Amino acid sequence: MEAVILVVVIVMLLSAAAVLLFKDFLAALAAMSVVSLGLSFLFVVVRAPDVAMTEAAIGAGLSSLLFALALRRLGLWRSQ
Amino acid sequence: MRRFTAALFLLGLGVMIAAIYQHMDFSNTAVNAGQAINVVAAQETGAANFVTSVVLAYRGIDTLLELTILFTAAMIGGMVLGRRRIDAPRDPDAGFILRTGADLLFPLLLVVGLYIILHGHLTPGGGFQGGVILASAFFLPLLARPGITLIDQRIVSLVEGLAGATFILIGLLAMFDGKEFLTPLFDKGELGALISAGSLPVLYLAVGIKVGAELAGLLAHLAEAEALD
Repeated sequence: MEAVILVVVIVMLLSAAAVLLFKDFLAALAAMSVVSLGLSFLFVVVRAPDVAMTEAAIGAGLSSLLFALALRRLGLWRSQ
Repeated sequence: MRRFTAALFLLGLGVMIAAIYQHMDFSNTAVNAGQAINVVAAQETGAANFVTSVVLAYRGIDTLLELTILFTAAMIGGMVLGRRRIDAPRDPDAGFILRTGADLLFPLLLVVGLYIILHGHLTPGGGFQGGVILASAFFLPLLARPGITLIDQRIVSLVEGLAGATFILIGLLAMFDGKEFLTPLFDKGELGALISAGSLPVLYLAVGIKVGAELAGLLAHLAEAEALD
């Protein structure tokens, strides 16, 4: 189990760095929701399914949607 | 100048984290509320999901304030976005896959959202999570076919307001019996049954509908806003 957690944490760190480095806003958004999904997996591991569900629904789902719509409003929607 | 302030901020953050790390004992938490609630929650509230018993029974007023915060955020979002010009061009319909997927997923998401809300007192999940899923269910058709109106915006606001009022009314009902605001009411029933835990499922249903209507309205408003292309 610890190996799985280690992999998830590394993936989360890499995608968090990718959010800062990607030039394409939509790609950065996708990387951001990967961080949230990894976090919700970690919540399941520490036996907090309620929090995991909230993180998956709000962190990975709704906030990415809000960011995507904000990008569209600002005209940064098209991927390069 | 901006770089300097950013560096200063990072330095302050580092000092703060170091100070917390120095003085806090993470392994031995002094708070024993968790164990105490685990022991008594099932008898006192009748909810099989102890998180729900904390969210709605022991800390119901916090949930009410949380709803208020969400309401304020959604309202200000709507205010900032403003109105759309009538002659502004609409986005074209999405491709075949998104349109068909939206049609297929809409009823499924509705069922999943309502299931999570109605089983909030039994299994993980509840009003907030289910409400977000309901909101995304109502947003999906909008993504597939921009410009259609699924439900009139006024009806959405009305439903949202009624759900919020229901939450407060149930809280006030307890006060007529001389108990504290938002004390759980009604018969607790059998632990683990769908109709159990007294007024908690009703409260969670109100929370779910309010959150769903609010976020669906906000998403529809954002999608409606003109794109700067």
